[in-house]
Amino acid sequence: MQLALFIIFGALALGGALNLLFQRHPINSALSLVVVMMSLAVLYWSLGAEFLAAAQVIVYSGAIMVLFVFVIMLLNAGEEERTHGSRAAYAVGIPGAAAIFCLLSFVFLTERGLGKSNVGGDLGNGVDNIAAVSQMLFTKQLLPFEVTSILILVAILGAVVLARKEQ
Amino acid sequence: MSHLTNFEAFLLLSVLKVALVLVITLMGVAYTVLLERKVLGHIQNRWGPSRVGPFGLLQPMVDGAKLFLKEDLMPTAVERPLFLLAPVIALGCALISVAVVPFGAVTRVNGVDLFEVANVNIGLLVILGITSIGVYGIALSGWSSNNKYSLLGSLRSTAQVISYELALGLSLVGVVLRAQSLNLRTIVDSQSAHGILSWNIFGGFQFVAFFIYLMAAYAETNRAPFDLPEAETELVAGYHTEYSSMKFAMFFMAEYGNMITVGCVATLLFLGGASSPFGHLIPAFGGAVVQAFLSVFWFVLKVFSFLLLYIWVRGTLPRFRYDQLMGFGWKFLLPLAMANIIVTSFVLALRG
Repeated sequence: MQLALFIIFGALALGGALNLLFQRHPINSALSLVVVMMSLAVLYWSLGAEFLAAAQVIVYSGAIMVLFVFVIMLLNAGEEERTHGSRAAYAVGIPGAAAIFCLLSFVFLTERGLGKSNVGGDLGNGVDNIAAVSQMLFTKQLLPFEVTSILILVAILGAVVLARKEQ
Repeated sequence: MSHLTNFEAFLLLSVLKVALVLVITLMGVAYTVLLERKVLGHIQNRWGPSRVGPFGLLQPMVDGAKLFLKEDLMPTAVERPLFLLAPVIALGCALISVAVVPFGAVTRVNGVDLFEVANVNIGLLVILGITSIGVYGIALSGWSSNNKYSLLGSLRSTAQVISYELALGLSLVGVVLRAQSLNLRTIVDSQSAHGILSWNIFGGFQFVAFFIYLMAAYAETNRAPFDLPEAETELVAGYHTEYSSMKFAMFFMAEYGNMITVGCVATLLFLGGASSPFGHLIPAFGGAVVQAFLSVFWFVLKVFSFLLLYIWVRGTLPRFRYDQLMGFGWKFLLPLAMANIIVTSFVLALRG
């Protein structure tokens, strides 16, 4: 069951990500990104992290991507034109991507602990992991959590300052 | 069912349950439309539909047949795939959320709970997530129609839904704090001790949250007095201007499906779900079957009264202006919801 879900939604996420790159129209790209986020949410859920899955859907697919689509609709952005990018991008991009791929696969293959890390049990004996997540957030990770919220507050203030009209 | 294995019985019952709930929800949608037309008619001192069947009771069937048989127009300049996808997303999201709603007391047959399709331990978040995906249906329909009225309608709707989603989500936090769970069954159970007195809206002192939820729900479902996305006087019909035939009907059904979902959530969270308002004052009578159907009856009655309230408000209040809508959501409902969370958690901390 879990393997089947992983294969189906992993393939869907990959397909969505490729479609995101190959589509010419920004709105199609944005929608493929939504597909990627939703498949990731299903993968989280199948790993037992149901709170993370719900947060992924509500925050990323439901709020952030809606804003993306909203902005694309407002600007009425047309199809992209195909241009030849800078030479530097070709020179650095392909080796860079290959290097990142090698590094990640090296880490995943050597680090034994990663395969076993479960956020909150498996599908079979799933426990309520909201309590666990909140316990972690408000005790051990309290400082990073609060600093992040202040960072977001600063970002909101910045947006207000930028959006305010000069009299 | 003795000759079936456990898994086969589970599968059979689950498929049956899904099919039955889907059919009942669709019928509910059809008859909510009739209810609205009837009640609005009586509010405006006329009869409403009365020709087809006794009291006009067959009107939804005739409406459905008419919409099926109408010509399906496809305007020339639309973005075709998205234009077709948008009503599917809207209706799909409206119907999926019913899957996590427990609409009766726990009644097990062969280990399968009859009165709930899926018992998920983050049921509330699932409903919120599906609702937030439903925005895409409206946003894409307006954009892909290539029509200025549709685009304006969908932009209004998207902005409105995103803004009110915050107030809606925060208004539910007080209830979740009291129940200490996001599982809808647990939330219902937390209000079943003393009948009506322990419902969240009365005994839980969550009436402020209920008020916020009510306002935000009207805005989320694009209903009067917040029906700006389809304001006839300004935008023809808003985001579904270019849609005809069954594609229009899918948007129409999605709107009423969302109304029913919102009613179900209000019932579960604030009105005690499928529990009786009399609590244990009336002794259980008639055996297990009668009790099981009685719980479904209470649930349906509560959702029905919520729908009546919806329609009553639509027949009574005029439409808001757009800046009033945004100001009301951000400057009044959101701070009020936050204050409700602070007071509720303070009281809970003092008691616990």
